[in-house]
Amino acid sequence: MTYSTNEMMTVAAARRLGNGSVCFVGIGLPSKAANLARLTHAPEVVLIYESGPIGAKPSVLPLSIGDGELAETADTVVPTGEIFRYWLQGGRIDVGFLGAAQVDKYGNINTTVIGDYHKPKVRLPGAGGAPEIAGSAKKVLIILKQSHRTFVDKLAFITSVGHGEGGDHRKRLGLPGAGPVAIITDLCIMEPEAGTHEFVVTALHPGVTREQVIENTGWQIRFADQLAVTEAPTETELVALRDLEARTAAAHGQLGGEE
Amino acid sequence: MAEIITLREAVQRFVNDGDTVALEGFTHLIPTAASHELIRQGKKDLTLVRMTPDLVYDLLIGAGCAKKLIFSWGGNPGVGSLHRLRDAVEKGWPQLLEIEEHSHADLANAYVAGASGLPFAVLRAYAGSDLPKVNPVIKSVTCPFTGEVLAAVPSVRPDVTVIHAQRADRKGNVLIQGILGVQKEAALAAKRAIVTVEEIVDDLNAPMNACVLPTWALAAVCLVPGGAHPSYAHGYSERDNRFYQDWDPIARSRESFTAWIDAFIRGTADFSEYKAKLAAQEAK
Repeated sequence: MTYSTNEMMTVAAARRLGNGSVCFVGIGLPSKAANLARLTHAPEVVLIYESGPIGAKPSVLPLSIGDGELAETADTVVPTGEIFRYWLQGGRIDVGFLGAAQVDKYGNINTTVIGDYHKPKVRLPGAGGAPEIAGSAKKVLIILKQSHRTFVDKLAFITSVGHGEGGDHRKRLGLPGAGPVAIITDLCIMEPEAGTHEFVVTALHPGVTREQVIENTGWQIRFADQLAVTEAPTETELVALRDLEARTAAAHGQLGGEE
Repeated sequence: MAEIITLREAVQRFVNDGDTVALEGFTHLIPTAASHELIRQGKKDLTLVRMTPDLVYDLLIGAGCAKKLIFSWGGNPGVGSLHRLRDAVEKGWPQLLEIEEHSHADLANAYVAGASGLPFAVLRAYAGSDLPKVNPVIKSVTCPFTGEVLAAVPSVRPDVTVIHAQRADRKGNVLIQGILGVQKEAALAAKRAIVTVEEIVDDLNAPMNACVLPTWALAAVCLVPGGAHPSYAHGYSERDNRFYQDWDPIARSRESFTAWIDAFIRGTADFSEYKAKLAAQEAK
C-alpha cells in the first residue's frame, strides 16, 4: 500500500509504545499515535489524559483534551490536580508523549513564544502539562513534523526541558525521568547520542535522503554510524490508522485536534 | 447556604470590579454564560485565573473586562489561536493585559493549596524551564527533610469562582459528573462560589463518593440550561465543535469580534435570549 509521510510519522511513533505501558498523552499527533498503538500492537496500553481520564479507550480521536468519550471509555476519571500530583509526580507514568511547536538538538521544547517573551513575534499557547510531563515521566517521546522552522539551533524559549544543555545537564537539574528518548518526524527518527545527549538521526524513513533531513533541520544535524531505514507501514497499521481517521472525521466533521 | 437566584443577580451581588475571578471547567463544563453576564454588566479590571483561557476568556479579554490573566495553556482547542488573547498580549488591544504564566501542574496544585487554606503550593517542577525567568512568582523551597529543591508557587484564592455543573437540588447542593478538571478545588479556594446548573431537581440521587459541593460551601446557584455552550455538560449536551471553528474568523478581527459581542451578548438580555438568537442565526 502507498502511504503519506504523515502516516509514516504516526506509525513510527505508535511503534515506540510498548504493550501495557502507561502513557501520558498530549492532544493532537501524540494522541493519534498512542491510539493507533492501542488499536494495533499494544491493546493493553494505558492512556492518561491531563483532564482526568485514566485508561481512556476512545473510538475516535478527541478534538479537545476533555472530550466526553475519553471519560466514558476510561477506567476511572479523577480530578486534574490528582492526575498531576498522584499519577505523574507520583512516578507512575512510563511514557510522556508530547508534541511541540519547536525543538532543539537536545530535545528541549518551545510551546510558548517566538521572539522576545515580552514583545513576541508569535504568541504560542504556552506550557499546558508538558513541563512536568517532560520532567517526571520515566521517558519521553516527541512527535512533530520536521522543518527548518520547527527544528531550530536555538530556542527563543525553553518551555519544557529535554536534555538541557546536553551531557549530564538533565541529571544535574535533578529531574526524575530520563527525558526524551526519541523524536519522531515525517522524515526520520532521531535519538540522543550517548554522552552528549545531542539528537542524531538513527533511522531514515523509506525514500528519504540525508540531504532532505539536512535541509529541514536548523542545526548541523548528524547521522548515526549505524543508520537504519524505518520499516514501511504495514497494511494492518495503515488500515487501522485510516479507519481511525475516517471515524474521527465522521464523528467531528474534522480531523483530530492539535493541542 | 447557597441562594438560588438568577445569574444576573449573582454577578451583580458577588462580582466587583477589580476582583480576582476564576471561571473554571477543563474543556468540559466551561461556565460561558457567566462570562456573557460579566460582559453585559461591564465588569472591569478583573484578574482572570483559568488553566485554559479558551473562548470564555477570549470573550472577556476582547470585551475589555480584564487587566490581568493567570493561565497555563491559551489556545482554541482543536482549532488554533485565541485571537483576542493574542491581540491583547501582542498589541495591547483593547487594553494592556498583564499575563502571569504557569504550567498546568502548577495551577492545579495552586488551586489545591487555595482550597486547603495554604499560602503556597509545592511541586516538583520547572527545573530547566524558562518559565520561572519570566514569572517572578515561581520560586523554590528546600525540603526540610531531604534537602530537595522544589518549586513553590502562590496558591490561587479567587474572590469569586464560577463553575457550571449538571444539577442542583432545591437546597442548592450541587452534583458534578464526568471530567472534573479543577472545579471543586477552584470553588473551595474562592471567597464566593457561584454555580450555574443545567437543572434543579428534587433529589440529586448522587452516588456514594460522587463529586458533590454542599450548599453551605456556595454563595449562589443559578439555573442556566446550556450555560456551558460551546463546551458541554456530560449527559445533557455535546461539545459544539463547529462553534469552536466558527469562533476563529469571528475573533480574528477587532471589528468582527466587537460586532459579534454587540449583537449576541450586549444585545441580548440573558443567556436564554442569546441561545435563541444564536439558534435563529444558525437556522438561516
